[in-house]
Amino acid sequence: MHVHFLDSYNPRASLIHSLDPRIKLVMTLAFIISTALVPPGTWPAYILFYAMILSVEILSELGVGFVHKRSMLALPFVLAALPIIFTAPGPELVSFTLGSWTISLSLTGLERFISIALKSWISVQAAIVLAASTPFPEILLAMRAIRLPRLIVAIFGLMWRYLFVLADEVLRMNRARAARSGHPDIPRGRVGGSIVWRARVTGRMAGSLFLRAFERSDRIFMAMVSRGYDGEVRTLPLPGLSLADWLVLTVGLGILAVVLLLGYLL
Amino acid sequence: MHHSIEVEGLSYTYPDGHEALQDVSLSIQPCEKVALVGPNGAGKSTLILHLNGILKGDGEVCVAGLDVNDKNLGRVRARVGLVFQVPDDQLFSPTVFDDVAFGPIYQGLPENEVMTRVNEALGTVDMLDYATRVSHHLSVGEKKRIAIATVLSMQPEVLVLDEPTAGLDPRARRSFINLLDDLPITMLVSTHDMHMVHELLPRMVVMDEGRIVADGPTEVLMKDEDFLYEHGLERPR
Repeated sequence: MHVHFLDSYNPRASLIHSLDPRIKLVMTLAFIISTALVPPGTWPAYILFYAMILSVEILSELGVGFVHKRSMLALPFVLAALPIIFTAPGPELVSFTLGSWTISLSLTGLERFISIALKSWISVQAAIVLAASTPFPEILLAMRAIRLPRLIVAIFGLMWRYLFVLADEVLRMNRARAARSGHPDIPRGRVGGSIVWRARVTGRMAGSLFLRAFERSDRIFMAMVSRGYDGEVRTLPLPGLSLADWLVLTVGLGILAVVLLLGYLL
Repeated sequence: MHHSIEVEGLSYTYPDGHEALQDVSLSIQPCEKVALVGPNGAGKSTLILHLNGILKGDGEVCVAGLDVNDKNLGRVRARVGLVFQVPDDQLFSPTVFDDVAFGPIYQGLPENEVMTRVNEALGTVDMLDYATRVSHHLSVGEKKRIAIATVLSMQPEVLVLDEPTAGLDPRARRSFINLLDDLPITMLVSTHDMHMVHELLPRMVVMDEGRIVADGPTEVLMKDEDFLYEHGLERPR
């Protein structure tokens, strides 16, 4: 009786899965940063980046469809960049008046918006491949190995660990509510209670959940401290990187640098 | 009024592929008090969650004269009082009163009847003074009693309890067993507490690995120590 949907790791025996997590983390970050650094409107560079992530998806055996479906999750966030169409300076595409306002769409703005949308879509795919091809604990190890602050890594780790516990708790609470949500044989009033009452029940459930999460965090912390926790979750050291790992890293970073350079030259 | 539990050929597989129930059949007569025992992971809780349609497996489940299906779900849940193992799951409202009143209010009963039901239920579990208390500050024993009251207020025909005595001190456990003994209602109790089974529940259903491996009088089954040991149980001394 557990919630399974949160775990994004998708085990396969592919080349990408067997790569060292440190290499994968660094490559993913480098990929996302270079995608972000390419100037807007350099479409050939985007095509190259897309081709790169597509080939990684195929190599990972996760399925191109699987990654693309998940990447749709990022679409709503693209809306944050929508105002840029109207605010960026440049030649006017269309303009119309709304009352006393004159609204104009600029060509530069549109170009920037599409660039941002494409960049975030491609970047999200890289993150999805990383999460689906690497067990989360290994990503955490990799974060520590590349010297990410230990507090941040600890927060990521604990969040991932207890999100499941919290989701299970919600599942059990909803179950307990469903178990007592009965209908009488001969209804005498409005079955299910009033909307206001139901909303209040749900609100209180959320409140209970917060209280429990809060109290649980206290108990967890005490249990951790009593076992000698001092802010760092210690694990056995990772093995050194092999020659092949270094090769993948160098070649990968090299390709990224070339594409980035191309983006500025075009 | 039927007060019975009929399960016929029930199988259930969790989404991760784990076969929790395999062809389980069980028949409980009105006002019978039955123990459901077996090792951890035997499928006891999974079976219990089928009795009011929270889980839906393949096979027939008929409780208190109603088929458990989507059409009857609401009426089934009004007739089956399911008490969960962890009282914190059961008690999701801030005060004891709100929790005990949840079932009756949901059923749309008028306010005065809700009050009567709550008082009756809290009276039965000897917790009348607790109505205004905040649930999460109570002791485990108190929470367990309140959890029972939250289903008694629905006046169920069948009471299903998951590990009712787990985590209770001897005195709380004793008063809890007395309370269950006094309730004139069909009861299916999933438990590891063999002393309670011996004392309170004349019939015993043993489950292991998703199947029912024995079903008979507690007195007879308790004598077979090897059999009990084989299924992770122990004879009370």
